[in-house]
Amino acid sequence: MAEQNWKENRSSFFASALGPLLWTLVFFIVPMGIVWAYSFGRNAGLTEIDLVGTLDNYKRATEWLYLSIFAKSFGVAAMVTLICLIVGFPVAMAITFASEKWRPWLLLGIMLPFWTNLLVRTYALMMLMGSQGYANKALGGLWGGASWLKTLIGLEPLPTWEPVQLLFNNFAVVFGLVYVHLPFMVLPLYSALDRLDRSLIEASLDLGAGHFRTIMKIVVPLAMPGIFAGVMITLIPALGAYLTPDLMGGTDSQMIANVIERQFKRANDWPFGAALSFMLIYAMFILIALQGLRKKPAETH
Amino acid sequence: MALFNRTPRAPLEYSRTLWLRGWVTAVMVFLYAPLIVLMVFSFNDSKRNVVWRGFSTKYYVKAWNDSTLVEALVNSLTIAALATLFSLVLGTFAAIMLWRFRFPFKGAVDGVMSLPIIVPEICLGVAFLIFFAAIDWPSGLIWPFNLSAITIAHITFCFPFVTMVVRSRLASFNKEQEEAAKDLGASEWQAFRDVLLPHIRPALVAGALLAFTLSLDDFVITFFTAGPDTITFPVKVYSMVRFSVTPVVNAASTVLIILTVVLTALALKYQGVKSIAESH
Amino acid sequence: MTEAKLPIISIQNITKRYPGAPVAAVDNVSLDIMPGEFFVLLGPSGCGKTTLLRMIAGFEIPTSGTILIDGQDMAAVPPNKRPVNMVFQSYAVFPHMSVEQNVGYGLRIAGVGGDEISSRVREALELVKLDGLEKRKPDQLSGGQRQRVALARSLVMRPKVLLLDEPLSALDAKLRAQMQFELSDLQDEVGITFVTVTHDQDEALSMAGRIAVMNKGEVAQLATPSDLYEYPANRFVADFVGSVNLFEGKLTLDEPDRAAVDCPGLGKVYLNHGVTGSHGSDVWVALRPEKIYLHVPGEGKAIRAAAQDAPEDHNLARGHIKGMSYLGDITLFEIKLDSGAMIRVSRPNLSRHDQEDFTWDDRVSMHWRADSPVVLLS
Repeated sequence: MAEQNWKENRSSFFASALGPLLWTLVFFIVPMGIVWAYSFGRNAGLTEIDLVGTLDNYKRATEWLYLSIFAKSFGVAAMVTLICLIVGFPVAMAITFASEKWRPWLLLGIMLPFWTNLLVRTYALMMLMGSQGYANKALGGLWGGASWLKTLIGLEPLPTWEPVQLLFNNFAVVFGLVYVHLPFMVLPLYSALDRLDRSLIEASLDLGAGHFRTIMKIVVPLAMPGIFAGVMITLIPALGAYLTPDLMGGTDSQMIANVIERQFKRANDWPFGAALSFMLIYAMFILIALQGLRKKPAETH
Repeated sequence: MALFNRTPRAPLEYSRTLWLRGWVTAVMVFLYAPLIVLMVFSFNDSKRNVVWRGFSTKYYVKAWNDSTLVEALVNSLTIAALATLFSLVLGTFAAIMLWRFRFPFKGAVDGVMSLPIIVPEICLGVAFLIFFAAIDWPSGLIWPFNLSAITIAHITFCFPFVTMVVRSRLASFNKEQEEAAKDLGASEWQAFRDVLLPHIRPALVAGALLAFTLSLDDFVITFFTAGPDTITFPVKVYSMVRFSVTPVVNAASTVLIILTVVLTALALKYQGVKSIAESH
Repeated sequence: MTEAKLPIISIQNITKRYPGAPVAAVDNVSLDIMPGEFFVLLGPSGCGKTTLLRMIAGFEIPTSGTILIDGQDMAAVPPNKRPVNMVFQSYAVFPHMSVEQNVGYGLRIAGVGGDEISSRVREALELVKLDGLEKRKPDQLSGGQRQRVALARSLVMRPKVLLLDEPLSALDAKLRAQMQFELSDLQDEVGITFVTVTHDQDEALSMAGRIAVMNKGEVAQLATPSDLYEYPANRFVADFVGSVNLFEGKLTLDEPDRAAVDCPGLGKVYLNHGVTGSHGSDVWVALRPEKIYLHVPGEGKAIRAAAQDAPEDHNLARGHIKGMSYLGDITLFEIKLDSGAMIRVSRPNLSRHDQEDFTWDDRVSMHWRADSPVVLLS
């Protein structure tokens, strides 16, 4: 059914539109506008900022140092997304094909962590991954077991177990981001797989394809919109992640959000921070535009 | 269990294959083990989080006596409640406007309204920091007015999520129902209240749950918006994790996890597992 | 047809029980399907016909029993290794592949060479009259065309048996009638055994060589279409296939070449052939609406002769017209008999004014031939 022209029912239109429009204007567009304006400004004194329309901040933001941090953030986010996809796809498959009785509970199992406080989850993971934590203990146990096995077949035992540094490095950042973002990936994948007509899978099996080939040739191509949604929904927040690299990363694993934070909380270079902010936003726009490009040809065939 | 299946597996019962069951189990362990260990160690009678030294609730007592921690929790819950309320109203109106009407620049309005979902938290946080500084938003007001800046920031990023959830529910609404109500004599408002509102109620529950958790969860935006006297729970936990890891953090975190589970359970009781799951 | 052929599909004591369901979906069914046959599984929804078909295809695992295809036990054979192919109710045409790619999919999987694939795909598309649409995507096809793609995609595999799950249910009435003929012709042409599931009796009667009527997981009757209609084995079949009047009665005469039933509702019924059942036993008489002659009381003497050797006051009933519906080719009458029972009678409109012969509340009398009623024991 067609949408109603707003002129036909002005009172209802304004009743519903006024609040959200005004709020978005005052508390979103204006603040973003100020940041945008600041990104062309210059520090003049401790709290004064001159809006001089300079491009210096952007020039500095495109220096190698900052570009490499952008690249690194992107690399980490891409890796996190890939791992989430590989880990999450079978989980989404399992939920889709689970029995009616189990499916809601499996979904809930994926969603409950998503509803749990991010900081609490990060802290829980840090506790486990500390040098005295259980992850290290488990690895130590495996090491000991391997060493014992070696003596069993008459070889030299392994050297004594030294706790590995699991935290405060790039590995910890990727691991932590995967932990946090996995539910984001599974849910869109599940909703795409759930929409898939099962007789398509049966038809493929019926025509002689094995399960693996059916998944690669039928399930994955048809779940592509869901896969892309999952990728975007994981990639974008991972790219702008602040907390995980801040708490779990080492000195060399800061991502772009940490650099932005530093401009505001420590370096006190607001115009430069504003410019970096907008660089990050532009990067998001490019990602979204790329996804839009992919969609178009599929729709107009 | 998979080893002792009574009935053979049909071709499409993928979730009964052993490796897939193992995979799902491993993922669930990965997701839950850290949380369970954290909760268990909140009852540990030791300063360090590594060795079990017997059951104790002393860190709960300590957390309860830590006035800033309690204050932070109260602040967080207040903000979350306010943000949920405003987000529900704004989000529902926005959804109805976008679903129901055709108006100039609709595409642009739609796009801008969903931007807060896409824009990275750090950028939003920065924007609010600058905005409240630029307009000299009063600080140091009495409670709860000192929370206004944070609440405003939270509403801004929460209500587009409510819009999204409500809008996808509206898509399945049969407009003939509303027309039938009007045909039977209902006014615009009565038709909305008696027909449309009941239809979108599951989305409102899901949206409220989403807004509440997003608000309670948020650290980055709050971190930039909060003044020195307005501490929220995540900000407090952050400083505790940064500077002094004690089981008090475990105790406080456990309380928050239980709060989440209870909220979820309530939503489930009200709505059923399925519809909550599907509204995501 | 001198030597006895072996069945292409042999279903032996197949039972399917779903966990938690109180009754079996398929309950100890045994039947043989012969090579080259057009076999139809007919029944209301939930009778187990689709479950049976899916067990032949391998998508459901029987709880007990054996399925042999071409003499080979299928218990351990997954669907992708079975010599049967299926046309799905939703057609399951792969939306991301062109017509050509859809039809060639199975051949590519089987590792057939490129040239052979293209020639066999072309052949199959000609067979289903889709040539020229090779490059189309499924969303550019009509429902009927999508079904032809699904057919071609299965036929190109040259299966021993083609399984069709409600193949015509998604088509509109006109197209369905046309496809009924086309499917029959196609089956003649390719000589492959067809096993079709349907809930539509017209579809079953018009296409099938043999029909198995299923009810509550069991086969109620297995027969040719005309036998099914003219000699139903029980009330379920009589009622499900076509329309029927059923009356309870007692067998009063039971001889090898004639029988009579006394029905409180219908009156005395005479049959010019013997029936199974013993004297005095409770039976049902089934009488099809089109096998009843309708006339104004007293005027039917001439036609009455056609009632053959039925004794006086047998195969005769009187009543009032309570309902009429004019359907063009026939008019359907609902008549309240003097006993109070209702009976349905259909009357062909042989001339343009036939429908004016009777109207509401007219008193009418009816009679039928001695070979028309069927006596049913269950």
